[in-house]
Amino acid sequence: MRRLIVLPWKKSIEIAYKSIRARFFRSLITTLTLVLAVSFLAFSQVSIDIADTMLATGDPSLCQMLLRCGYDILPGDTSLAASPKQRWIITLSLLVCVVGIINAQLMSVTERFREIGTMKCLGALDRFIVRIFVMEATMQGFAGASVGAILGTTSAFLAALFRFGPGTIDLLPWPAIFVSTVTALATGIGLSLLGVLYPAIMAARMQPVEAMRVEQ
Amino acid sequence: MSEKLIVRVTGLTKDFDLGKIVVKVLKGIDLEIESGKYISIMGPSGSGKSTLFNMIGGLDKPTQGKVFIDEVDIAQLDAYELAWLRCRKIGYIFQTFNLIPVMTALENVTLPMTFAGTPGEEAVSRGMKLLSQVGLVGRHEHKPAELSGGQQQRVAVARALANNPAIILADEPTGNLDLSTGEEIISLLKQLSQEEGTTVISATHDFKMLNVSDQVIWIRDGRVDKIQERADLEIHTGGMSS
Ligand SMILES: Nc1ncnc2c1ncn2[C@@H]1O[C@H](COP(=O)(O)OP(=O)(O)OP(=O)(O)O)[C@@H](O)[C@H]1O
Ligand SMILES: [Mg+2]
Repeated sequence: MRRLIVLPWKKSIEIAYKSIRARFFRSLITTLTLVLAVSFLAFSQVSIDIADTMLATGDPSLCQMLLRCGYDILPGDTSLAASPKQRWIITLSLLVCVVGIINAQLMSVTERFREIGTMKCLGALDRFIVRIFVMEATMQGFAGASVGAILGTTSAFLAALFRFGPGTIDLLPWPAIFVSTVTALATGIGLSLLGVLYPAIMAARMQPVEAMRVEQ
Repeated sequence: MSEKLIVRVTGLTKDFDLGKIVVKVLKGIDLEIESGKYISIMGPSGSGKSTLFNMIGGLDKPTQGKVFIDEVDIAQLDAYELAWLRCRKIGYIFQTFNLIPVMTALENVTLPMTFAGTPGEEAVSRGMKLLSQVGLVGRHEHKPAELSGGQQQRVAVARALANNPAIILADEPTGNLDLSTGEEIISLLKQLSQEEGTTVISATHDFKMLNVSDQVIWIRDGRVDKIQERADLEIHTGGMSS
């Protein structure tokens, strides 16, 4: 088709980045929600990974230590998978996080109705608008989730060192820890995207005048 | 010169459904606008100028009737074609400027060029040229909040010109400006319509606009009251200098 309207990826990333920078504190709050949820997720998973390895050594003193730390070990157990209670807490914390993010994104989209209407007057397609918001959410999600994952994993290490002594370093199950950290990271980015999708699509679908009429 | 019709409006009505009551704002408007003219739409506040405007610019949908741009019914356009029309064919200027607050003057001007697929460097050099054309040399790095109202409106004019549109739609472009700044914007628009052959359609309360208009369309209560050609105007205004 000859009548083509474009927005190169590089340009949309640039616009998204500028928007985040221009609204630094708002972005920071959205991101902090994410940091908390992801670090909690990473902490729980990595702690379990470490505890699993301890159990696998079969060392009675380590098992004793695990029991003392509150893990329920039944004879013959080889894995300590999260207890239902723990899973429940993680799920809840993620839910609260999603609601928080949706709230923050809704407000940030509402604040920008006029901007969105203007962009559409200048020829932006609906999907450019969605794309810009998705890019923003991905960047925020990546930043928040990375910090959260690092924070959570590090605290799990420290907690393990503190509980089981310096000898643990040699026993650390690196592959499992890596998987857990990456999973927490991906979950965080996913949540951030989930939070932005609805408000972004809603905003993009408005007629330009409707968007511009909204009082700021 | 060319008597080509660039905008044609037939039987246009617009109702706003407010739930309990339906407000009939436009009650059947027929217009024909020739290419390259400078048109002013005058009328009392609330007569429906902005509403008519949004319909002509494809920013809102009419309740009834049709708007043709270059003899194409814009209601028949798909999302891509409509975006193309807004991007390439029409330049919008608003009373409230509507610049993007997080972008600099230059970025605001180059945004429509980005959508039109103009390569980055070319867009920047054209953007700088447009900014100097509207008298904003050295201000390209400023954000809208760092510019005065008149300067913001100049940026908006430069942005409207970004893709060499055939039509400039200006809704009270001088409404928020002082007398002399308003005059500068008006003469800028007039100059454009003369030099580039751009059709300028401008809604206004501003009688200064009359001097430069080729045609004045008076709207009253959602209908066309009368249409005056420039020749008639000069008799009434005693041939004011333009
Ligand atoms: N979205 C809307 N919902 C309901 N009524 C509306 C809406 N938009 C406009 N109107 C009504 O339509 C009428 C005309 O509005 P419009 O903005 O077109 O007037 P105008 O001629 O541009 O006035 P002004 O010179 O003050 O800008 C007004 O009575 C207004 O209340
Ligand atoms: Mg108006």
